[in-house]
Amino acid sequence: MAAAVAGLVLPLLGLGGFQLQVAIDALVIALLAVGLNIVVGWAGLLDLGYVAFFGFGAYGYALLSSGQIGKQGIHLPSILSLPIVMIGAAVLGLMVGWPSRRLIGDYLAIVTLFFGEAFVEFTNNVAPKTLGGPNGVISIDAIRSFGYQFVSNESYYYLLVVVLVATMAVLRLLDTSRTGRAWRAVREDSLAAAAMTIPVNRVKLMAFAFGAMVAALAGTIFAAQQISVFPTDFDTPILILVYAGLILGGAGSIAGACTGALVVMVIYDGLLRSPAESGYLFYGLVLLTLVAKLRPWRRLAIVLAATAALGFAAHAVVGAISQRAVAGGPQSGGWVAAALRDWVIVPANPAVPGNWGFVLLVCLLIALVQLKGNWRTVLLVPTVYLAACVWEARLVVEYAVTAQLMIGAILIVMMIARPQGLLGARRVEAPT
Amino acid sequence: MAFFFQELVNGIIVGSLYALIALGFSMVYGVLKLLNFAHGDLYMVGAFVGYFVIQWFGGPTALTIPVPLLLTIMFVLAALLTGGLGVAIERFAYRPLRNAPRIAPLITAIGISFFLENAALLLFGAQFRVYNTPDFIPFSSGFSIGSVTIDAVQIMVVVLGLVLMIGLRQLVIQTKLGKQMRAVAADREAAEMLGINVNFIIAATFFLGSALAGVAGVMAGLLFNQVTNTIGFVAGLKAFTAAVVGGIGSLPGAMLGGLLIGIAESFITGYISSTFTNLIVFGLLIVVMLVRPSGLLGRVQLQKV
Repeated sequence: MAAAVAGLVLPLLGLGGFQLQVAIDALVIALLAVGLNIVVGWAGLLDLGYVAFFGFGAYGYALLSSGQIGKQGIHLPSILSLPIVMIGAAVLGLMVGWPSRRLIGDYLAIVTLFFGEAFVEFTNNVAPKTLGGPNGVISIDAIRSFGYQFVSNESYYYLLVVVLVATMAVLRLLDTSRTGRAWRAVREDSLAAAAMTIPVNRVKLMAFAFGAMVAALAGTIFAAQQISVFPTDFDTPILILVYAGLILGGAGSIAGACTGALVVMVIYDGLLRSPAESGYLFYGLVLLTLVAKLRPWRRLAIVLAATAALGFAAHAVVGAISQRAVAGGPQSGGWVAAALRDWVIVPANPAVPGNWGFVLLVCLLIALVQLKGNWRTVLLVPTVYLAACVWEARLVVEYAVTAQLMIGAILIVMMIARPQGLLGARRVEAPT
Repeated sequence: MAFFFQELVNGIIVGSLYALIALGFSMVYGVLKLLNFAHGDLYMVGAFVGYFVIQWFGGPTALTIPVPLLLTIMFVLAALLTGGLGVAIERFAYRPLRNAPRIAPLITAIGISFFLENAALLLFGAQFRVYNTPDFIPFSSGFSIGSVTIDAVQIMVVVLGLVLMIGLRQLVIQTKLGKQMRAVAADREAAEMLGINVNFIIAATFFLGSALAGVAGVMAGLLFNQVTNTIGFVAGLKAFTAAVVGGIGSLPGAMLGGLLIGIAESFITGYISSTFTNLIVFGLLIVVMLVRPSGLLGRVQLQKV
């Protein structure tokens, strides 16, 4: 409910064109994450070809609503094409799921991963007249039904909010239904579930089909809003993005999947692009982590004071040795950068030293995790300081790469530190 | 007929490359039952290490040391660095998840793969780095039988690959370390009870497997000349296919699978079309998975209760 209200109010606050596009992308990814949650979160099947269903939906809609097939092309009204595409995706989901229903765990992951890769190869190479090869399908119709056309980005925004909320409501009902309980039973222990007369294979197939339908729905809206689809839109980075959202929010929870995906996308697409906002984000996150992890508060105060002192001292020493070594100044903007001018060391030509700093930072982070007790606190001070320097010297400049690194880091850190995600419930599982 | 043999030779050369990557992949799967998606990216790191070694010693046209020494340094350094990286990944990311649900380390592995790929993008940029192998190992240094030509680099790749595979096989079969590895692969808990240092064995397996990937990376650099941050993903998928086709967890299977995939790829490219190579190879994998999930040389796994 709160999400719906917030969603309706947001554009009225006067979002610009760029922010609106970010919001639309975030909603599409959120819809995907909610669908992926059925397969991964509830049924516990690691589906690495999930984005192929998204691509199937987008390509299916594109072919049915453009001049691509035949002389005139097919321009079906959306009231027809949407159900056709979704049912087609569900059938495809069954087709992928049916032979692999016997495969457990890792083998399923392999088959679906290769299914996803094969989809990208397929759209890239097969039937270039129809699918367009790497040039994709262009000039796709808008979604239209009952005389109304969704043309503007605002209308797509509202459409996505409505679709997302409706999907979440349906899935909420599904979650508490007999099927939902069966999914979780299969996830926890499929043998025990089978012994309790749950038809394990059918239940798994249903998860595949439902996930594929939601993904295809997201795909149709994506294709209509973008007006064009390309094979690269459905490659592994999107898959990893959706997974990052799901894992961050918490696999197994609808609200978690939605929130996680929105957070990931807003950071990924929106905040990291602006130097000032990315600065607030970075320092805010570092402070938040320190506050959450460092107890008692005296230790926190000491670490913060030591980091500040180390920074000014290091800046003074290095500046005295070579003026060029501190000539770069912070690359981010805003008042934070202005305040940090005499604190971080950013050389005049920061690319190469920044790279070495990055490597060193990764080593320090690994060492930090391995250490225990007071040594960890001691090492924390230079690590935080180095992180700030590398951030200002290199990561802010290469914001696109930083965004990708963040996605990878979310997956790694969340799985190790908090596998249930921010909103999920902790699963208790007996190790086998 | 000459075309056939040329394609066969090319297939064997590429295949031994895939076999090396698949071996490490299969070893890690054997001891940890983990699909290490980051394995292909270690291969990419190895290829970059080789490139920078060439640059350090004066670049391809003005080498300051003899070529055999250069090659030795490239291979050894790449093996050590990628091996160390593999151990670090295991220690940092996989060890905390040993008793987690099966799905957790898989997701972590995807995250690591993505992280490594983009870290390389940050550090080395998106442009292709070129080895320029012909500048220091001329094409003419090989030999030809009829119209089938094999140059020195290709011979070296096949011979080194063969030596490493035989060496690894001897290590696994004959040495104490290999015996312990097999014990851990068979039953980790029982091995631990018998006093085997399981953590050390797993780390050693990661080191060996990753080092093989690093060596394969240098070979790929010498063979294909081009290195960039995305080569790891595709090579990882191919090696993955090889390991699965041969029977995942089985070392002879990985070698056989690698050769088969290499030869199949070479023939598809030669006789059908290079645009469909990946599609057919991936399709092949899906078919093998569905018909015989345990691969050609693997054993059928029973689900334990």
